[in-house]
Amino acid sequence: MPILDVKNIRKRFGRLEVLKDISFSLEKGEVLSIIGSSGSGKTTLLRCLNFLERPDGGSIRVNDEVLLDCADPSTLKESQIRRKRLHFGLVFQSFNLFPQYTALDNVMLAPKLLAHENHTWDSVKQKVHDEAVELFANIGLSDRMSNYPHQLSGGQQQRVAIARALIMHPDILCFDEPTSALDPELTGEVLKVIRKLSEQKRTMIIVTHEMEFARDVADKVIFMDGGRICEQGEPHEVFGNPKEERTKQFLARYNQK
Amino acid sequence: MDIFLHQLPIVVNALNVGFLQTLKLFSVTLLGAFPLGLIIAFGSLSKIKAVSMFTGFIIWIIRGTPLMIQLLIVYYFPGLVLHNPIWGGGEQGRFLAASLAFIINYACYFSEIYRGGIQSVPVGQQEAGLVLGMTKSQIFFNVTLLQMIKRIVPPISNEIITLVKDTSLARIIALQEVIWAGQAFMKGSHGISGAIWPLFFTALYYLVFNGIVTVLLARLERKLDYFR
Ligand SMILES: Nc1ncnc2c1ncn2[C@@H]1O[C@H](COP(=O)(O)OP(=O)(O)O)[C@@H](O)[C@H]1O
Ligand SMILES: [Mg+2]
Repeated sequence: MPILDVKNIRKRFGRLEVLKDISFSLEKGEVLSIIGSSGSGKTTLLRCLNFLERPDGGSIRVNDEVLLDCADPSTLKESQIRRKRLHFGLVFQSFNLFPQYTALDNVMLAPKLLAHENHTWDSVKQKVHDEAVELFANIGLSDRMSNYPHQLSGGQQQRVAIARALIMHPDILCFDEPTSALDPELTGEVLKVIRKLSEQKRTMIIVTHEMEFARDVADKVIFMDGGRICEQGEPHEVFGNPKEERTKQFLARYNQK
Repeated sequence: MDIFLHQLPIVVNALNVGFLQTLKLFSVTLLGAFPLGLIIAFGSLSKIKAVSMFTGFIIWIIRGTPLMIQLLIVYYFPGLVLHNPIWGGGEQGRFLAASLAFIINYACYFSEIYRGGIQSVPVGQQEAGLVLGMTKSQIFFNVTLLQMIKRIVPPISNEIITLVKDTSLARIIALQEVIWAGQAFMKGSHGISGAIWPLFFTALYYLVFNGIVTVLLARLERKLDYFR
């Protein structure tokens, strides 16, 4: 049974059809890379999975629970969205750290607010803190926990953003071009952290333009074009022996660079 | 010189009384306009067209007309037009009328600053909170609010410093604030008449008051300097 099953997702903005019948599934511990040119709908797809956009059609299942089925209004209740959202994590292209908090407080804020709501903060405080500290060790920023975001480089900020997402224990962690806003010399440190997560068998969906990285780390690749999945398969198939003309053209452009 | 030393305590006493009224109007205006401005800001950001248009219209009227006229209307309208002089004739009534006019006027100016502040916080901040499972109100109070405050402190400071001087407009409905008290010595008050120097003293009150307010606001601005 796949951990994630996405069926027939459609989304339009006004008259622009951005996602046209997107279906795919993902097994636990797998890494999916989504590639495709700008405007092909990759961000919108991740935003649908994270309930930042509501699809116009289709369904999303996680662990065989129907999180969303546009044909079933009972799954669309606003009050349920918050809980469902926590199955997913999202790392943004532009990090979006909270500037007024230290790196450590950025990571601890969401679990803290949740615990306050359940009146359990006093009992879980130490645990959350320890976990945050461990995450900082994993992303190699133990010495930067008390820095504010503006005191960190882009690469460091993005690593903190990854820790911030991980502390909520998402089933599936999504990355939207996590290195696109970074200077080239800083992409390596972020990719290294993501690679480490894949070795720990985290289920991840990574939208990226880093073709070599995608090929290396992914179990599965989807090439999107004009709101559709043009081609999907194992990396060696999609990269090594693409069947579709569009995929060939897209990859050829990258190989030239 | 002897006369001056004799008159000085009398003048200072009268000015203190007037300044207390100035200070009261200043404080009440801020206490009322800070929250009312936020409500008006939410009104002008409302997705309901009728609400945002109505709010925008009110803001346009208030910002487009002099505060002095608004004071006169608030004070005289109930008595002269509605034949219901709710303010009465006393200093207390004048103070209430002045407070109302000042609160509405300043709330409209503040609301525009708030609105800019709310809109200037990148939408990515809200979305980052949402995907971490925060509620809208948790996001507002824990993520957006402080960033918004940081951005509005400089323009609000300008308004507050203007308010210090604007309080003198309440003289138009004979509120006995500090300029009224200073000017009284020209016409004759406490046995002193034809004296212009108390007005210079009055100016001194404003300078000192503004100085203190400026220093406090600058300190607040510096306090928020720790993040960007
Ligand atoms: N909120 C929105 N309103 C209108 N159009 C949008 C919105 N978000 C994205 N789009 C459009 O949808 C298309 C796909 O965008 P996006 O999902 O960001 O693509 P990608 O991430 O692959 O570059 C683009 O044409 C974009 O302009
Ligand atoms: Mg994108």
